[in-house]
Amino acid sequence: MFAIIQTAIASLRRDPAALALSFILPIGFFTIFAMVFGGQHDTVPRVHIIVVDADNSEASRSLVNALQKEDTLIVRTHPDASKGKPAPPNYTAQTAEAAVKAGDTSVALIIPQGWGANPIDFGGNNTNNTAPKIQLLYDSSDTIAPQVVSGMLQKSAMTSMPASMAEMGLKYNEKYMGDLTPEQRQKWTQNLAYLKDLQQQHADTNSTTTATNTSSTGTSNNISGPVSVQTRAVVGETQNKPFLSFYAAAVGVMFLLFTASGSAGALLDEAESGTLDRVLSSRISMTTLLGGKLVYNMLLAFTQLTAMFLYAWAVFHVDLWGHIPGFVVMGLCTAFAVAAFGMMLASVTKTRAQLGAISTLLILMMSSIGGSMFPRYLMSPAMQKAGLFTLNAWAIDGFTKVFWRDQPVQALWPQIAVLLCAGTALFLLARRFARRWEFS
Amino acid sequence: MSTLAAAPATAVPLQITALIKRFGTLTAVDGISLALAPGECLGLLGPNGAGKSTLIRSIVGRVLANSGTVSIFGNAAQSPAARAALGWVPQELAIYPRLTCAENLRAFARYHGLSGVRLKEQASWCLEWAALTDRARTIAGSLSGGMKRRLNMAAGVIHAPRIVLMDEPTVGVDPQSRNRIFEMIEALKAQGTSLIYTTHYMEEAERLCDRIAIIDHGRIIAEGTAAELVRSSFGARSQVTARVTGAPEAIGAWTARHNGRVTTEKAGDDTAEFTINESTEIAPLLTDAVAHNIDLDDLALRRPNLESVFLHLTGRELRD
Repeated sequence: MFAIIQTAIASLRRDPAALALSFILPIGFFTIFAMVFGGQHDTVPRVHIIVVDADNSEASRSLVNALQKEDTLIVRTHPDASKGKPAPPNYTAQTAEAAVKAGDTSVALIIPQGWGANPIDFGGNNTNNTAPKIQLLYDSSDTIAPQVVSGMLQKSAMTSMPASMAEMGLKYNEKYMGDLTPEQRQKWTQNLAYLKDLQQQHADTNSTTTATNTSSTGTSNNISGPVSVQTRAVVGETQNKPFLSFYAAAVGVMFLLFTASGSAGALLDEAESGTLDRVLSSRISMTTLLGGKLVYNMLLAFTQLTAMFLYAWAVFHVDLWGHIPGFVVMGLCTAFAVAAFGMMLASVTKTRAQLGAISTLLILMMSSIGGSMFPRYLMSPAMQKAGLFTLNAWAIDGFTKVFWRDQPVQALWPQIAVLLCAGTALFLLARRFARRWEFS
Repeated sequence: MSTLAAAPATAVPLQITALIKRFGTLTAVDGISLALAPGECLGLLGPNGAGKSTLIRSIVGRVLANSGTVSIFGNAAQSPAARAALGWVPQELAIYPRLTCAENLRAFARYHGLSGVRLKEQASWCLEWAALTDRARTIAGSLSGGMKRRLNMAAGVIHAPRIVLMDEPTVGVDPQSRNRIFEMIEALKAQGTSLIYTTHYMEEAERLCDRIAIIDHGRIIAEGTAAELVRSSFGARSQVTARVTGAPEAIGAWTARHNGRVTTEKAGDDTAEFTINESTEIAPLLTDAVAHNIDLDDLALRRPNLESVFLHLTGRELRD
């Protein structure tokens, strides 16, 4: 027994990199997961929304100003200006909807013209049923943002429009309880004047908060509350299984990375057995050898991804056939990048044990930060930015564009460019590190 | 086995000039120069660590020499022409264990640029040459040790090279498989292939090689046919080996008086070795032993061999 333990320890000591990683690995993972799920100090991610004020009334301005003052929201009324150029025009209902569809933001609030005439609707019983309602457009892949915006909208409405609330309250009172006496009306009118002054101040000085309320992820929904809101999912409304394509891509990419690094490890086996030496003594150069292995590993990864989406189509009815061009393009680019990643790892490590430890560490780190385990939009802004340094994030974003947003292949160019550039850089690194096998 | 296009008549198959290869402070190959004639089998005989494998790897282009040149039919090592002309059978089993024998051969054939009918012919020839035709579809990893060795050799000659470098191809195989390997090498020789054969078994070198270079500490310390090497070291002298028992001091003094040496494998069982010019020198040797109370258990008279030459030249056993 002791001899066996002694032998195992001696073997481990001969591979110091593997030994170090056996300690670093759990610590590294703990750190990553603590950062992703613990959110560090910024525990509540801020929600980006677009607000279109087509009404431009006192009430709507108060509401917009109140939303802008909310710490949990980042409100944009117009696209970001390019450096040195004037601010572009405000969003319209159409451009805001397009921005949600493109994934620029998860939620857009459209305050329609005429909304300010009847802004408050207690319990959905607005005295004027034809009054325009606030439109809440959302991307149903993000289940959190609409809920947050919804709550903040109602909160803001309660606090930023006291006069409107009071006026609507009186209307309900007279409808169900009868008219006020002349004395009561006189006193009420005096107090209403004060509330109107207050509401005016909110509208003019950005000092108020308003919010409307959205709930549910239904395709189109009326939400009852002080402010009546009509919600509509503008992305994913035709998807019968909202998250399946996301998880097919997210999980698929993570396992592609594992497969690619394991497959690339054949290089280490061949180097150890002497087969690599023999191959390199033939007409095959190191570049040809690595290129051949890259193509093989890429095809293997693409086949694996295809099998996964075919399964998702057959069992979970993910619409694969309606997205073939985008799937093929994203699949090949992703397969290329992960294959090159595997080649790079295999060429930089010296033993299978090292490869196993390093690849596990890197892949799980990339997967956790890059959104394979936990959607990136739920992470803190810093972690979302960190995710952009992973292959997972770009691959998942690309597949999301294809399967979720129904975007054409042309719209995939950022993801394609990043994955191809990353793959090329990783392969060049692999070629550089493989020089150690070329000659003694 | 079909052969590649004939080389110029004047081109020497292999010419090595003043080759030096250092690994850090270790000089693995120390100024070796040698030439290989067409159809010749040159044996590189030396103990482990002598520099044989480094020399072979330098020829095949897998080791970059610090200085010196390697020319294969007039072409520099690593050039496409040199690669095509060279076949290498490494000491390791450099085959794909998960592929069948036929798949292994086809893979290496393609690496050397073979295709179509020529690939099929060569693969078929190699399987037959290695006596593996009935194992063509057997996974290489499941073959016996001897069969793996033969497949390893077949993969080295799949492209019909004109020079074959064999680096201890019989390591770890049983006597029967070793004989089979000898037959394969003799078949290659019969076809006119030039060979370099490294080994630390002097019997293999004596049986297979036309010429032998003894290598030690990265240098060639003697070169010639087996007979020439023995003659140059021992002339017409013979060796007397006597197993004796007696007082160690007496045995030591006895061997010293007759310019011999004692090789003791275990206490009380000494073997003394002497080199004699004439058989008439044996009688005085024995008389002297009896006079000093040394009992003679066994006596042998033999011609020196390559092992003796190596011992003579280096003071060490070949298998040290």
